[in-house]
Amino acid sequence: MRLRLRVWRQGQDGAAGGFRVYPTPELNPNMSFLEMLDVVNDELTLKGEEPIAFDHDCREGICGTCSLVIDGKPHGPRRGVATCQTYVRSFRDGDEVCIEPFRARAFPIVKDLVVIRKAFDRIIEAGGFISVRTGGAPDANSLPVAKDVAEMAMDAAQCIGCGACVAACKNASAMLFVAAKVSHLNLLPQGQPERERRVMAMVRQMDAEGFGNCTVTGSCEAVCPKNIGLEFIARMNREYAAALLKGKT
Amino acid sequence: MRLEAKIPGGSLAEKWGRFKDEARLVNPANKRRYEIIVVGAGLAGASVSATLGELGYAVKCFVYHDSPRRAHSIAAQGGINAAKDYPSDGDSVRRLFYDTIKGGDFRSREANVYRLAEVSVKIIDHCVAQGVPFAREYGGLLDNRSFGGAQVSRTFYARGQTGQQLLLGAYSALARQAGLGAVRSLTHSEMLDLVVVGGQAKGIIVRDLVTGELSRHAADAVVLATGGYGNLYNLSTYARNSNATAIWRAYQRGAAFANPCFTQIHPTCIPMSGDYQSKLTLMSESLRNDGRIWVPKQKGDRRPPARIPEQERDYYLERMYPSYGNLAPRDLSSRAAKRICDEGRGVGESGLGVYLDFAEAIGRLGADRIRERYGNLFDIYHEITDENAYEAPMRIYPAMHYTMGGLWVDYGLMSNLPGLFVLGEANFSDHGANRLGASALMQGLADGYFIAPHTISDYLATQRPEQRPGIDHAAFAEAEASVRERIQRLLSVRGQRTVASFHRQLGKIMWEHCGLARNAPGLERARGLIAELRDEFWRNVNVPGSAGGLNQSLERAGRVADYFELAELTCQDALHREESCGSHFREEHQYPDGEAKRDDEHFAYVAAWRHDGPDRPPVLLREPLAYEEVEFVQRSYK
Repeated sequence: MRLRLRVWRQGQDGAAGGFRVYPTPELNPNMSFLEMLDVVNDELTLKGEEPIAFDHDCREGICGTCSLVIDGKPHGPRRGVATCQTYVRSFRDGDEVCIEPFRARAFPIVKDLVVIRKAFDRIIEAGGFISVRTGGAPDANSLPVAKDVAEMAMDAAQCIGCGACVAACKNASAMLFVAAKVSHLNLLPQGQPERERRVMAMVRQMDAEGFGNCTVTGSCEAVCPKNIGLEFIARMNREYAAALLKGKT
Repeated sequence: MRLEAKIPGGSLAEKWGRFKDEARLVNPANKRRYEIIVVGAGLAGASVSATLGELGYAVKCFVYHDSPRRAHSIAAQGGINAAKDYPSDGDSVRRLFYDTIKGGDFRSREANVYRLAEVSVKIIDHCVAQGVPFAREYGGLLDNRSFGGAQVSRTFYARGQTGQQLLLGAYSALARQAGLGAVRSLTHSEMLDLVVVGGQAKGIIVRDLVTGELSRHAADAVVLATGGYGNLYNLSTYARNSNATAIWRAYQRGAAFANPCFTQIHPTCIPMSGDYQSKLTLMSESLRNDGRIWVPKQKGDRRPPARIPEQERDYYLERMYPSYGNLAPRDLSSRAAKRICDEGRGVGESGLGVYLDFAEAIGRLGADRIRERYGNLFDIYHEITDENAYEAPMRIYPAMHYTMGGLWVDYGLMSNLPGLFVLGEANFSDHGANRLGASALMQGLADGYFIAPHTISDYLATQRPEQRPGIDHAAFAEAEASVRERIQRLLSVRGQRTVASFHRQLGKIMWEHCGLARNAPGLERARGLIAELRDEFWRNVNVPGSAGGLNQSLERAGRVADYFELAELTCQDALHREESCGSHFREEHQYPDGEAKRDDEHFAYVAAWRHDGPDRPPVLLREPLAYEEVEFVQRSYK
């Protein structure tokens, strides 16, 4: 099968970007979407053109490096998977497929499809941790955690930090990302001492980075490659309100 | 030159305590004056950066990723070992130590492995305190499972995402230090050379992958935690951008490279499907707890698995290794799969695959219990193959997965270049000729949280920060010029072949001749082929674009250029080691039943290769493996 790719190209010279169309060579339906881009890039290279820059690394859906908005959807047509786990068999022979970068003010474009997501690191630096120094921790079994609580914390902790939630949101809100980390740590007994401080600091940093507000459209949940649910945003809102009522800043 | 392992005196159980008691210390007020460079932010790099930052040192942590949370430790699925003995099934520090030494086929350093087992218990405590959501039982206590090469359940896990959760724990500790200003986290930054002044590691040269600018960074100690070199095989379970450039530059600046031929091939990966393929995906070894591996007894039996009756199936691991069964160590399981497929009994379209079957476990435990244990792995399998493993068995085949070899380090994890520390998969120290499952995470975190902070302090106490060479020193200028020259060389070839095509070809040579089974004529041939290919690369590679700005082709070209040289050294090491041990199987050295024939009389040593200048053969340095408390015995899992 073959596809026609409409790809966003943008240089580093400050000039405006635009779409270019590239017909693919014959593809094997079992190829991954990124392997298809590899093949197209090899062709471009041999033709003396610059290959398409795109982010990728583990290619097994866990590192969160790959991005891409494919036909208007972050991480492509299938639910619960990242772009690197999207396969050519999800498209039909002859389809035109539109490929764009994640777009959000807080994720500046470097080149073509590559964006910078440092804002997420800065949100974690503001409070996405439990303050324990190496050494001196009590025995791991001295603090039982109910299985359902541990499982729910794990559901939230699965977030891969890819930023698809931001790219899908009309407000470019990072609430799902922040809510996942706040919920993971605030659910666990270990996270209690910093509970209020954490949510306040992370939300403050989220706002400072220029992410928009949440209007509960649910588009983030729909594109999350780890199926992290909106209920965590509700949980974070409660955490935030409780901290506010206690006069925490 | 002799390699000094500097192992402390006393019994195995006393050594690490003695080291810590006698280690030199740096006054708390002086710590901030010491600069430490850490390259890499996987489990080892992130944990050592965070811990050194907590201690008060001035740390810079460099990663090529856009965020330190993306290192490939994140992809480890199954679990982390620790000698906690929570299930009371007979585990102990001594037993974890012995299993690891035996699993490594008696080619690792005894004192290091003992220390690893000793600190393993603290890792779990620390990670739980950080909020790592390990699996729990209904009573709220931690759950364990078993892994290859062990008869106890000592593996802690977080669904099939243990590496991710441990890495996010270490990353959050690193982020906390970054927020406090103790660690500077530099992303999109690739180390391209090591700067050595007066025989000591004193800095690095870094390329900013976004702007293309080169920069110089000086330090009192340099820590490499950059992972393994398995991507020289092209197709592997590594992340696409994992690379050997940092350790290879260090090798070229004088750091010895130990046991490069000890490369692990993992038995349970999704089989290859075509030439375009960019990576192979691992299915965690933990699946072997409940999955049974089999092939048809009859050669060429093409019936679908459900139509092959029980008595016509060969559960070959259970047959060959009755006491460990499907949990036989990785090297044995991988080789058995290859042997079975070579006999023509492999399954799937290519015949390069064996079944991993959960039908019996689903019948015994129910699909829900299996989903809870391995749900995400079954999902991954489904995404890639479009097949449902709850209904039909998975097809798996071995793939390149991990490298036990790496830069040589002493007991303090310092290379023969003083001031250069090497942690995690990048060093050679703990896994000998074969690594057991769930031990890589243990080693990365042991090195980073609990070992290197002590040994680096011990070294720094001998250094005077005010005498640290500045970045205007001639050695920095020379290193930067050589990086610049190499980049220009890559860009100026403008040949007819892509970097990817060279990488693919190199990978095929290595897989064929230096993979699961090796022999002298094959290795000789591989060396010739690699030298030819390397020569063609420098005449005919096409690297488009320029050095200013983001250029992914240039990044990959530099990494592949290094793989040629490392591949040659790997073949040379495999050729010189005239024995079979662990992952290194020389066909000339086997017992009639096909088991590996180790030669302790001649090869009970670490082979550390030292660069002796361009176009000169490397020099072999031997560190004898003198065991004080363990006896060399033939490994048996039967």
